Amino acid sequence: MTALQTPPGRTEVPGSTSRSLGEHARDYVGRIRGGDMGSLPALAGLIVLCIVFGVMRPVFFSDINFANLFTQGSQVVLIAMGLVFVLLLGEIDLSAGFASGVCGAIMAILLTNENWGWYLAIPAAIVTGVIIGVVLGVLVAKVGIPSFVVTLAAFLAFQGLVLLLLTGGKNISINDPFTVGIEKDNLPPWLGWVLLIVCVVGYAGVQLNRVRSRRSRGLAVDPLSLIAIKVGALAVAGAIAVYFLNQERAINPAFHSLKGIPNVVPLIVVLLLVWTFVLSRTTFGRHIYAVGGSKEAARRAGINVDRIRISSFVICSGMAAFGGIVAVSRANSVDPNTGGSNILLYAVGAAVIGGTSLFGGKGRVIDAVIGGAVVAVIDNGMGLMGYSAGTKYIVTGVVLLLAAGVDALSRRRAAASGLR
Amino acid sequence: MTATPILEMRGIDKSFGPVQVLRQVDFTANAGEVTALVGDNGAGKSTLVKCVGGIYPIDSGDYLFDGKPVTVHSPRDASSLGVEIVYQDLALCENLDIVQNMFLGRERTRGIVLDEPTMEKMASETLDRLSVRTVKSIRQLVASLSGGQRQTVAIAKAVLWNSKVVILDEPTAALGVAQTAQVLELVRQLADNGLAVVLISHNMNDVFAVADQIACLYLGRMAAQVKATDVTYSQVVELITAGRSGDLGLQAAAVAAAGNGNGSHDAGVTDLGDMNGAQ
Ligand SMILES: Nc1ncnc2c1ncn2[C@@H]1O[C@H](COP(=O)(O)OP(=O)(O)OP(=O)(O)O)[C@@H](O)[C@H]1O
Ligand SMILES: [Mg+2]
Repeated sequence: MTALQTPPGRTEVPGSTSRSLGEHARDYVGRIRGGDMGSLPALAGLIVLCIVFGVMRPVFFSDINFANLFTQGSQVVLIAMGLVFVLLLGEIDLSAGFASGVCGAIMAILLTNENWGWYLAIPAAIVTGVIIGVVLGVLVAKVGIPSFVVTLAAFLAFQGLVLLLLTGGKNISINDPFTVGIEKDNLPPWLGWVLLIVCVVGYAGVQLNRVRSRRSRGLAVDPLSLIAIKVGALAVAGAIAVYFLNQERAINPAFHSLKGIPNVVPLIVVLLLVWTFVLSRTTFGRHIYAVGGSKEAARRAGINVDRIRISSFVICSGMAAFGGIVAVSRANSVDPNTGGSNILLYAVGAAVIGGTSLFGGKGRVIDAVIGGAVVAVIDNGMGLMGYSAGTKYIVTGVVLLLAAGVDALSRRRAAASGLR
Repeated sequence: MTATPILEMRGIDKSFGPVQVLRQVDFTANAGEVTALVGDNGAGKSTLVKCVGGIYPIDSGDYLFDGKPVTVHSPRDASSLGVEIVYQDLALCENLDIVQNMFLGRERTRGIVLDEPTMEKMASETLDRLSVRTVKSIRQLVASLSGGQRQTVAIAKAVLWNSKVVILDEPTAALGVAQTAQVLELVRQLADNGLAVVLISHNMNDVFAVADQIACLYLGRMAAQVKATDVTYSQVVELITAGRSGDLGLQAAAVAAAGNGNGSHDAGVTDLGDMNGAQ
């Protein structure tokens, strides 16, 4: 009685026909025209910026500066990766910057004042971030205070908390070799190549496995040429990065050799892979997008909306803890301004520039990395050009406005073209 | 079609605080039939449907499913019985595609990984069974669909789960002529495939086009539930606006008092002419 019968004369399953490379390209152009630009503006901007800075200041392309970009940008990128989760819900976390400061301070105090090992101090910092996230999430989801207000209050409170932790704003330096090494040390060059090969082969494997399992069910598959292009692009870009990072960049190599991928890069890559997996392949990730798209629809679908909202704040503050750890590692110390000044706005900027929507429901973790690269390049390149901090802030602010404008306009455009 | 109605509500009362919205409402839906639920604005149609769907608890009355009394406290209870509701405001996530929406909250997984191929296949088979020809790709975002297409997705979502009763709250209210026809065709098809379909609508043309039975609520009371072939267009309009039409519908006393009447009757064709207003 409940089984529906297949009406006769109907064999074609919608979406079951595989499309050629050309159709994929046309589709992509259509999506961009329709306002769904994703990371495209950020990638284009990144290339343009690199060319401009490289031409005007050749030192921009030097090996040492290239490596600097990664270590300078890491804190912002890590915080931005967490912010993507909160932005996906259409919420905001203004306290993530100082949350990273609090977590960094906790780690430094445990390492230096309490003589804990890094293997305890670093988890303690991350647990601190998680606790912060639970508090923020409960205030937003259960009490119902707008996230803007909750995190603005937390922004102020955490700033004070860092001051109190550092008893009146004194510096605490760290000299734990492992913790300092996160930002200061590099992978041996051969390991860099090995990791790249693992990544490329793994990526190709995942893609081909997907094709295999879809084909076995008679579903549409991407053409192999498209997969080859994607894998090839990853291999080429990765090889260029590894090659340059593996160059000697010490001024006096005989004294202290300096080459290889900075340790923080694999850390970022692993977190990127983990969170991308969570967002795109798990039920939890699907529900984050659903809550961001329509809270009411998610609720009626039986999704525990509060749980999703709290979890997102936990991930955001937890990632802020990672940001704080690398910030302390890079500076060798923690001070009241760790995680302060422009860090939070740079992180929000990174996520939005990379293509994550401020309106919720749209975004990926890689957006934070791409947008973070744009922010790091602007900051670094303008510094090389001799501009003051003031000018850098203004330019970055304008870029953020531009990105948010693109976001808002592409929504309008999608509405106009009937896509929304 | 079948002797016992798949869904039967008996003597349902429902109040919101001091406001009694449903009074002694009887309602049945048979498998293989489209039952239209009509009534003026505020008559209590959506409230009745939400009681069936487990969103509101009923104050008193019986909820029979397949002849057996059941208790439904939550939407989950309803869907585990096989009762699915398509709400007027649809509740789809525009930023997700058709497959993702159809499986929202009930995703298929292998281990912790979403089983996309299986979900895509099941979704496309369901759309296929419903002869949905209008969507280009089931990986299209819902944002890019027309109103009629969205309604189709919402309906497909409801029938994906081996549901036995599908309730549609004003599915054609926002649609143009062509898309309305499309949705009505789909509604008819669901019933022909053996489901019990309940259709809420204000449009008499739609009702007469697809309904086998017409149930008419008047001020929170069931004025009558009759076979569509037994009534005329104008009789239904009278039932909606006045609660009675000739010997059909509520007795004058009941209409006037809207008091503590009681309608006990058999399932199927129903005539509440026997209803007694208290004094
Ligand atoms: N949650 C609620 N609290 C209090 N009163 C309610 C609530 N929901 C509905 N009502 C009242 O119950 C009555 C019936 O509402 P209902 O939504 O069921 O009408 P309807 O028949 O669906 O009307 P329409 O055709 O306009 O959709 C209305 O008078 C309404 O004000
Ligand atoms: Mg209604």
